[in-house]
Amino acid sequence: MEHKVHHTTPPQQNHDYEAIAASPEFKSLVRKKNKFLLPVTVFFLLFYFTLPLLTSFSTVLNSPAIGDITWVWVFAFAQFIMTWALCMIYVKKANGFDSEAETIFNLHNKNEGSDR
Amino acid sequence: MSVLGLFFFVAIVGLTLYVTYWASKRTNSASEFYTAGGGLTGWQNGIAIAGDYLSAASFLGIAGAIALNGFDGFFYSIGYLVAYLVVLYIVAEPLRNLGKYTLADMITARFEQQKIRATAAISTLTIVLFYMIAQLVGAGALIQLLLGIDYWIAVLLVGIMMTTYVLFGGMAATSWVQIIKAVLLMVGTIIISFLVLMKFDFNILRMFSEMKTVTPAGENFLNPGVKYTNGIDTMSMMIALVLGTAGLPHILMRFFTVKDAKTARSSVVYATWIVGLFYILTIFLGFGAAAFVGSDEIIAANAAGNMAAPLLAQALGGDLLMSFVSAVAFATILAVVAGLVLSGASAFAHDIYGQIIKKGQATEKEQMKAARFASIGVSALSVILALFAQSMNVAFLVSLAFCIAASANLPVIIYTIYWKRFNTTGAISAMVTGLVSALVLVAMSPNVWNPEGTAIFAGDPLFPLTNPAIVSVPVGFIAGYIGSLVSAKADKRKYAEVAVKANTGLK
Repeated sequence: MEHKVHHTTPPQQNHDYEAIAASPEFKSLVRKKNKFLLPVTVFFLLFYFTLPLLTSFSTVLNSPAIGDITWVWVFAFAQFIMTWALCMIYVKKANGFDSEAETIFNLHNKNEGSDR
Repeated sequence: MSVLGLFFFVAIVGLTLYVTYWASKRTNSASEFYTAGGGLTGWQNGIAIAGDYLSAASFLGIAGAIALNGFDGFFYSIGYLVAYLVVLYIVAEPLRNLGKYTLADMITARFEQQKIRATAAISTLTIVLFYMIAQLVGAGALIQLLLGIDYWIAVLLVGIMMTTYVLFGGMAATSWVQIIKAVLLMVGTIIISFLVLMKFDFNILRMFSEMKTVTPAGENFLNPGVKYTNGIDTMSMMIALVLGTAGLPHILMRFFTVKDAKTARSSVVYATWIVGLFYILTIFLGFGAAAFVGSDEIIAANAAGNMAAPLLAQALGGDLLMSFVSAVAFATILAVVAGLVLSGASAFAHDIYGQIIKKGQATEKEQMKAARFASIGVSALSVILALFAQSMNVAFLVSLAFCIAASANLPVIIYTIYWKRFNTTGAISAMVTGLVSALVLVAMSPNVWNPEGTAIFAGDPLFPLTNPAIVSVPVGFIAGYIGSLVSAKADKRKYAEVAVKANTGLK
């Protein structure tokens, strides 16, 4: 076997992470990300836990909604719709963040190059 | 066993072994072994992630739970699905950007300390072992029923198969076995659901109406509360389900098998659609089994209801469908335990041997050797434990694995990525406290103690809940918080690096 022996950690490029972290572009990306991720996460966790809270401590979901299908099934199905929808929304948003991350990337690499 | 059953069984074993042979030729490095070289495409990894979710517990367990308990069984489907959003929104991309093979890689990306890596590896191994014993005990009981062989032979058979896949084919074989099984499982589920709908003249309203009269629960079958009557315990279970998934090692490992965060993202989308569709169909499996098999017969075959789906297949499609579904159930178990072996082996071979003992200086050859030895070790240990655990309740073992994952792993993952002040002491106290509190609370719970002696020991439980997540998850978070505040300041420079890497994918 003529496999090359190499170490588990390949030599890493030494980026100035603190400079990137302090750059306005990076700060704006993180702010935008958090502004999207945090409220949505809070929303879906609240929506999710509302179901067992309502079923455990009340009977409001036990009345029929459509024919003999009770509200609890409707609410449960809404969790599925929510999951699918938020999944698609996430991808759309994240693809947008990608291009911003790339800008930071390029901008930074250029700066590093000109410093030397 | 019927000739037909034997045919499907042999066909599936043959196909998966062929895939393993094919994969073995392209598994020459540690990276290929652990992550298939990061070479899976979005849809391939998506189906494989879906396959990891659609374990025997999902297919057999949820179908049975809905058939016996109506809406209460459907709680699992909802919990597992929404858990996807936690994975996608909080964990998936930072993990992909920071880690290499394991969860410990990601945490040590911020804290380069061996005791942290060791703690993360131990928590991973604990979760893997509990999950694996659960799968193996369930597999043994199921194969015993399906093929009419002894429990210990069944467990040994599964043990040999899973070791073979991992040992020779690594992640490539494990992923493709998972993909094949996921496709077969979806086909089987869609066929059964179609046949159930046909029996109700494709009228869903009629199906719900008839369910009010065909089960012992009567009208209550369509409402929550048939099984879960303790509200706090239900909440606790729902916490473990939705937060535990994001800490399960064999699920997290899937994000390293693709080339970048963008592909990881697209694979989660494929998986969400497949898994969501599957969980909707569990309603038809459960209702169908309740209506056309009947709860008496389901309980007679297996008290927990695990045989509901195969029995329904028998009732609707005769021996042909029953044999197909049984073979697919077998493949499901094999694929999931193979993934578990791999994630356990990576914690052993990569974290403990490669990084701690060899300090990251192991050659490619040494790494491969360690990975293979660790796979055999993890397999052998779990098979031995499973042989002694035959009488243990499978659902209890699975819920324990989820609870440890949510209590020990999730707090440290979230803090590592998002909290600037987090430090080494915080990381260790979060993991250790989460792990220990989950284990201790379960050891004091009604799963272990029962006054009438129906659990492991006879006596009154000291802790009232069957699932401790509602206590142990906050405890894990609080321990990480306090641990960080009482000790030295965090390394700001290192956090800047982690924040940049996690958010941009810059290496």
